[in-house]
Amino acid sequence: MEHVNELLRVEGLKQVFQSGSKAVRAVDDISFSVFRGETFGLVGESGCGKSTTGRTIIQLYKPTHGQIYFEGTNLASLRGKKRWQQFRRDVQMIYQDPYGSLNPRIKIREIIAEGIDVHKLAKSAKDRELQVAGLLETVGLNPEHADRYPHELSGGQRQRIGIARALAVQPKLIICDEPISALDVSIQAQIVNLLKKLQRENQLTYLFIAHDLSMVKYISDRIAVMYHGKIVELGQAKELYRYPLHPYTESLLSSIPYPDPDYEKQRTRLVYRQQPQTQEGRLHEVVPGHHVYCTPSEIPLYQAKYENILTVSNTSAPSFAYAFN
Amino acid sequence: MSDNLLEINNLNISFTTFAGTVQAVRGVSLDLKKGETLALVGESGSGKSVICRSIMGLLAKNAQIDSGEILFQGDNLLAKSNKDMRHVRGKKISMIFQNPMTSLNPTMTIGYQVSEALLLHEKVRKSAARKRAVELLELVGIPDAGRRLNDYPHQFSGGQRQRIVTAIALACNPEILIADEPTTALDVTIQAQILELLKDLQRKVSTSIIFITHDLGVVANVADRVAVVYGGKIVEIGLVDEIFYHPQHPYTWGLLRSMPTTDTDDEELYAIPGSPPNLLDPPSGDLFAARNPYALTADIHVEPPMFQVSPTHWAATWLLDPRSPKVALPPAIAARHQYFQERRKNAAQQPILSGGVR
Repeated sequence: MEHVNELLRVEGLKQVFQSGSKAVRAVDDISFSVFRGETFGLVGESGCGKSTTGRTIIQLYKPTHGQIYFEGTNLASLRGKKRWQQFRRDVQMIYQDPYGSLNPRIKIREIIAEGIDVHKLAKSAKDRELQVAGLLETVGLNPEHADRYPHELSGGQRQRIGIARALAVQPKLIICDEPISALDVSIQAQIVNLLKKLQRENQLTYLFIAHDLSMVKYISDRIAVMYHGKIVELGQAKELYRYPLHPYTESLLSSIPYPDPDYEKQRTRLVYRQQPQTQEGRLHEVVPGHHVYCTPSEIPLYQAKYENILTVSNTSAPSFAYAFN
Repeated sequence: MSDNLLEINNLNISFTTFAGTVQAVRGVSLDLKKGETLALVGESGSGKSVICRSIMGLLAKNAQIDSGEILFQGDNLLAKSNKDMRHVRGKKISMIFQNPMTSLNPTMTIGYQVSEALLLHEKVRKSAARKRAVELLELVGIPDAGRRLNDYPHQFSGGQRQRIVTAIALACNPEILIADEPTTALDVTIQAQILELLKDLQRKVSTSIIFITHDLGVVANVADRVAVVYGGKIVEIGLVDEIFYHPQHPYTWGLLRSMPTTDTDDEELYAIPGSPPNLLDPPSGDLFAARNPYALTADIHVEPPMFQVSPTHWAATWLLDPRSPKVALPPAIAARHQYFQERRKNAAQQPILSGGVR
C-alpha cells in the first residue's frame, strides 16, 4: 500500500485514556493517509477524538495501539535524538486558542525565533533577525511587531504569530487544530486565505482539524468525518458535501446555518441516532475514493443511496443556499 | 407609550483606560418590540456586548455613560439605583453568557443555581422553587431533570450546561432575554438544538430576545430584525430579509461575502481588509472608510447619517446620498438584491403568501 506521495499514514490508531476505573476510547481504530501538498480535513463534534488524533500524530501522546508512519518511517521505531529533532522540525502545530498558545512573558521575536534557535537554523544574530522579519512579513504583519508582547495584539494577529512560529522551522506537515474557530468571521477569511497562500508557496501539507464545516469544505481537498472516535466517512471534499452517505455526515451538514433567511425557514435538521453495533463495521470504499463506515452487508445499500442522490441532484433545481454563489 | 418594550436613545459609553478614553458605544439608538428577536451583529470590539451590559447595568467600573437613556417599559434604567436594578436584573431582563463553562458556579448544584433566582425574586418556598427548577430543566430539555438537581456543572456536557444557563435565565419569565453569543462555543449540532430551543421558548412564553453573534448563518436562522454594529455605532438596521437580501452598507456586504457557503468554490475567499478601528482615538469621518473599497471622499471627512431605505430599514453610508455616484455592486451582493426584487414582485402578486417564497 506504499504510496509515493504519501507523507503521513495512520494505521489502526487507538488512543485510550484511563479515567478512574473507566477507559475512554477517544480514538478507536482509525486509519488514513495524508498525501504531500494536500489539505486533509478532520471534522466532528467536540469529544469525537479529532484533536486527540492530531496530538497523537505529533507525539504529544503515545498511541495506545496502532502505527504512525511519517515519510515511510514508523515513529515507534524512530531512535536517536537527532532523528526525533528532525521529526519535530518537519511536523508543526497551530493551536486553537491564539490567547493561550503564546507565552505572554516573551516578545514576539523570541516566540518566533525559539524554533530557529532550537534547530540552529540561523547563521548569525543578524540572520536570525532577518528571518523573523521575513516571517512576520509572510504572515502579513510588520517587522515592528517583533518588539511587542502577545497581549498587545488582536486575536487575528496572534493567530498569525502562531502561523509564523510554525513556519519558522520550514516544516513539511502542519497540524492546524481549529486555528480559526476563536476568530471573528471577517478575520477567519483572512487567516484561511493566508493558509492557502502559504500552502501554494511552500508546498505545505495541512491536517486541518475543525468543527466549522463550511470552512473545512473550503480549505480541504479530502475530508474525514469523525464520530465517537471512529472515522465514519472519508472522501473528496466536494463529493462528501454533495453526496453525503453516512447518516451522521448528513446530520452534520443539515445543521449548518446559512446566511440566507428563506433557506433557513425551510431547512430541516436531520437528527442522527447512533445505531446499536451488532456487527463489527469498518471503513469500506463504497464508491471509488469515497469510504463509509459500515458492515459488508450495508455496502450495497450505500451504493444504492449514492446512485439515488446522483439522479435526484441532476434533475432537481438547486436549493436557495446555492443561489448566491 | 409606544409599543416598544425597550428603547435605547442616543447612548454613548466610554471606558477610561491607562491608554486613554475608549469610546466604545457612540450614539446608539435601538428599539425592541414585544416577542421579537433582534440580532446584534459585529466583530469583537465593535461594542455589541457593551450595549447589552449597559441594559443589564453590568458595566465595568471604568465605564461611563456619557449620555443617552435606556427606557424599559417607559422607565429609564440608567436613572435607577443599584438596589432598584436588582429587581430588574434576572427578573425582567436576564442574560445568557457566551461561555457555559464559566457562567455556572462549579461548587454549587444546578438545582440550587436554577432556583436561586426564584428564591430571590419571587416569594416562594424552597420546595416550590425546586419543583419549578425541575420544570424549567425539563423545558430546556435536560433528561431526567428531577434526579439531576443535585448534580454539579462538571457532570454535564457543554450543550447541557448552556441549556441549564438558559433555564436560569428563564426562571422568572423575563420580558427580555439577552443572549450574548450563546452558541459560539458549541458544535453545529448542539448549536442547532439551542437555537431551536430558544425559538420554541419564545413561542411558548413570548419573550423578546436580543441575540448577539458574529455568525450570520445563526442570524438568518433566529432573527426578526438585525442591527449591524461597527466601531460602536449601528451602521445598518432592518428586517432580516432586508439585511440579507437588500444590504446597503459596504460593511454588511463584506460580512455577507466573507461567509463561505459549503458550495463556495476554490476562488479566494473574500476577506474584509485591515483590522477593526481603534476606538481610543477615532479618526474623523466614517470609521469603516479605511477598510472600505467603496469609500467616497465624503466618508473620510464626515460621518454619514442614517439614511432611510424603507420604513423599517436604515443604513449609515454616503452611498445612499442622492449626490453620490452609483457604484457597481459586488456580484454576490447584486445577486442578493435581484433576489429581493423578484421576491417582492412575487409577494405583490400573491398578497396572501407574504413572507416565504415557496
